[in-house]
Amino acid sequence: MNITATLIGQTLAFAVFVWTCWKFIWPVLISAMRERQKTIADGLEAAEKAQRDLEHAEARVEEHLNGARTEARQIVEQARSQAAEMVEEAKTVAQAERERILEAAQADIEQEMNRAREALRGRVAELAIAGASRIVEGDLDRSRHDALLNKLAAEL
Amino acid sequence: MAESSGEYIKHHLTNLTYGRHPDGTWGFAENADQAANMGFWSINVDSMGWAVALGAVFCVVFGIAARRATAGVPGGLQNAVEMIVDFIDDTVSSIFQHRNDLIAPMALTIFVWVFLMNLMDLVPVDWIPEAAKLMGVEFMKVVPSTDPNITLGMALAVFILVIFYSIKVKGIGGFLKELLCHPFEAPKGGNPVVRGLLIVILAPINLILEGVTLLAKPVSLGLRLFGNLYAGEMIFILIALMYGGIVIGVFGAALQWAWAMFHVLIITLQAFIFAVLTVVYLAQAHDTEEDH
Repeated sequence: MNITATLIGQTLAFAVFVWTCWKFIWPVLISAMRERQKTIADGLEAAEKAQRDLEHAEARVEEHLNGARTEARQIVEQARSQAAEMVEEAKTVAQAERERILEAAQADIEQEMNRAREALRGRVAELAIAGASRIVEGDLDRSRHDALLNKLAAEL
Repeated sequence: MAESSGEYIKHHLTNLTYGRHPDGTWGFAENADQAANMGFWSINVDSMGWAVALGAVFCVVFGIAARRATAGVPGGLQNAVEMIVDFIDDTVSSIFQHRNDLIAPMALTIFVWVFLMNLMDLVPVDWIPEAAKLMGVEFMKVVPSTDPNITLGMALAVFILVIFYSIKVKGIGGFLKELLCHPFEAPKGGNPVVRGLLIVILAPINLILEGVTLLAKPVSLGLRLFGNLYAGEMIFILIALMYGGIVIGVFGAALQWAWAMFHVLIITLQAFIFAVLTVVYLAQAHDTEEDH
């Protein structure tokens, strides 16, 4: 355990190893580590940004959906009122049509009744003449009594 | 065990020394006395060799990691290396606030290198020396940090750096002023002649105090590491002496295992302390007077 030149040797070896590490090892390692640190930090930041973007987009989607919902409700409301209006209108039109048809039918009936009455009148005159001729059993001149018969038929 | 316990221990604590014999021939010392007679200009081939080899291991492993380093997904080796680099980088940046890009790589080198040198302590004490004996090498001390030359050699390098940066940052004048005018300062104001006289009187006292402070740093740095590792190694050697009988041998094995577990803590801690104290001393060297 003597102090010898080993001490100087070790001092020199120390200098050589420290210099090697200083010049060739440390800078390479530390720069690679810094670079990776930066890459990771950038990646995290990008992820965070994407997350923010996503939240933003989701908010916008929600907004759009709400708008669409309101619009749909409005349209349905509108359609409903329009339908009610249309039904109301159709009812009015139908009512008018009904009245018109009823009137027409009434007129037809009237006409038919008149025509029947007319026919009936003719028949009654004939029947009256037939009856009368049977009763009279004479040769009643038809032409002589026509005027009388027509007058009778018109009175019916 | 043919030799006595004393011889066994002494053998384990003797370095393989190469140097000049007193009779003028060069060669390896055959025993501790011969090594002592060689004086300063001899070299502990084993300590030096293991220290350089382990330093080379550090450079190669970290060099490979640096060569393969990418900013992409790191592999196993790169992960391990980067963990250590990151740890040292954090430690240094919390202690050392000045700008100097030598400090962090130096702390890394010291931490890993000293750790590897300490790690040799966990190799069972007889393995490598016995293997060396088979190859015809008589002495083989495998833990470089149990050699005061190695630890003080590193401390000397740190001391040189401390002096270098003190002068570089503060200038020779500033450095001398720090040595001569602290800790006892002449009060400002008053009679300039009296003040000048006071400064001259206080200067040698300050020089002694500051000089001791300055020198105590590298000496304590080197001796702390040496002392811890030497003591640890000694305990391993003493435990190794128990491998004689079965019963006491089993007890010894248990002891060795327990001490090794505990020693893992010590070797890591001592490597870390050496690195951190180096950074602290260099940070003090960078502190200018205003920071005091």
